[in-house]
Amino acid sequence: MHEDLIPMLLTGFGETLYMVVLSTVAAIVLGLPLGVLVVITSTGHVLESPRLNRILGAVINITRSFPFIIMIVLLLPLSRFLVGTTLGATAASVPLSIAAAPFLARIIENSLKEVDRGKVEAALAMGATPLQIVRKVLIPEALSSLVLGVTLAVITITGFTATAGAIGAGGLGSLAIRYGYMRYREDVMFATVLILVIFVQGVQWGGDRLARRINRNQHRLG
Amino acid sequence: MITINGLNKQYHTPRGTFTALRDVNLHIEKGDIFGIIGLSGAGKSTLIRCLNRLEEPDSGSIVIDGREITRLVTHELREARKKIGMIFQHFNLLDSRTVQGNVAFPLELAGYSHKAIAQRVEEILDLVGLSDKAGSYPAQLSGGQKQRVGIARALANHPEVLLSDEATSALDPQTTSSILELLADINRKLGLTIVLITHEMSVIKQICSKVAVLDRGEIVECGSMQQVFSAPSSATMKLFLEHSALLQGYGAGI
Ligand SMILES: Nc1ncnc2c1ncn2[C@@H]1O[C@H](COP(=O)(O)OP(=O)(O)O)[C@@H](O)[C@H]1O
Ligand SMILES: [Mg+2]
Repeated sequence: MHEDLIPMLLTGFGETLYMVVLSTVAAIVLGLPLGVLVVITSTGHVLESPRLNRILGAVINITRSFPFIIMIVLLLPLSRFLVGTTLGATAASVPLSIAAAPFLARIIENSLKEVDRGKVEAALAMGATPLQIVRKVLIPEALSSLVLGVTLAVITITGFTATAGAIGAGGLGSLAIRYGYMRYREDVMFATVLILVIFVQGVQWGGDRLARRINRNQHRLG
Repeated sequence: MITINGLNKQYHTPRGTFTALRDVNLHIEKGDIFGIIGLSGAGKSTLIRCLNRLEEPDSGSIVIDGREITRLVTHELREARKKIGMIFQHFNLLDSRTVQGNVAFPLELAGYSHKAIAQRVEEILDLVGLSDKAGSYPAQLSGGQKQRVGIARALANHPEVLLSDEATSALDPQTTSSILELLADINRKLGLTIVLITHEMSVIKQICSKVAVLDRGEIVECGSMQQVFSAPSSATMKLFLEHSALLQGYGAGI
């Protein structure tokens, strides 16, 4: 084992973690309103608008159909504009967020659609506004499913960071490519993969646990 | 209290136009427990949902407590709905909230303070006999208890009218009876006007003061309980009465 391995992995993991957290937060900020809007503008829902619904659906589908590597290349100018550079973890978070947002929006849409129509109607009958229905009915009632959706998004973003690492984003993916692949450092390759596997397992475990906790009350029997 | 004039409602489906309500006229007095009975598909839910415009009527007018519901714009309608309670066949409680939280919901919408909410929730849970379940979640309650929460929620913000859409249809006969008793009790105590729809004659018999019969979207008979029971004029009502007499006959024979 080389003495540079541990510090290298620590830095790499730190960068990966930073990208994942930043991109997840940004993807939620973009994807949540998008997912919510797609649901409430659908036919028969509280803010019915077939036109807006079709437009949003198209935006989601089109952005989702880009392979991530293409997305990065296309969004290089945006990264430069927002961050001032196209290199590094912060710059990579721009395409990461934008690629993850429509994916997350679809997941959120599916979770919110599961909420029973009757609950929404009851709230309407009590004089709730569309915003109150989103905040007090749709999101709380779908919360455990939303947590699982965000967990899935975190894991997907983690996968994306490895791809982004290949073109200068830093992080564990970048280590695996630069050292493991190009310089035949098998220890680096092995360690990065191991850390990523453990990280993904940990995220899934944490997400499952949190979702179960939220769910426990709602399905607990007397 | 409630006046319905010339109400019409059609549903447009890919397979054509379906007339769910045809020229419905009704007058409901303050303090009535007004039953609307009809077979499945007669348009009962459509009618009661027009009263708070969960369903938009095509034409006609609905006046509740002097306010023309059918004229209100969106934000006025929201305010009006806060004074029209509604209970449902499948309760429609929020699973993520406790009993207390469910009853607090309409009060949050109405902008009550935390203190006022806590006080009102306690009061109303006492009224429906669920004080000991305040911290329970709906999943931990029986059907009857869930409907009591539904009733508490509907009454929390001091409504003038309570709409009941088959509120006992998912309950067993005994629980149905106790829920109806509760509604009658509330009607007496609060002088609340109750409009209830059902396909069960026994529900009408137990608590209604007036009854209307809906048949394929039209009111075919309407009057006080005595009138309608002693001299039914519509075929539908005669059918309902025969059927319910038959059931009672069986009951007596056992
Ligand atoms: N949203 C809708 N679209 C099309 N048809 C509907 C809709 N809602 C109700 N209907 C039809 O209208 C009729 C009356 O329905 P409803 O008012 O629910 O009857 P009830 O409550 O008396 O059983 C039924 O034939 C039903 O199929
Ligand atoms: Mg019905």
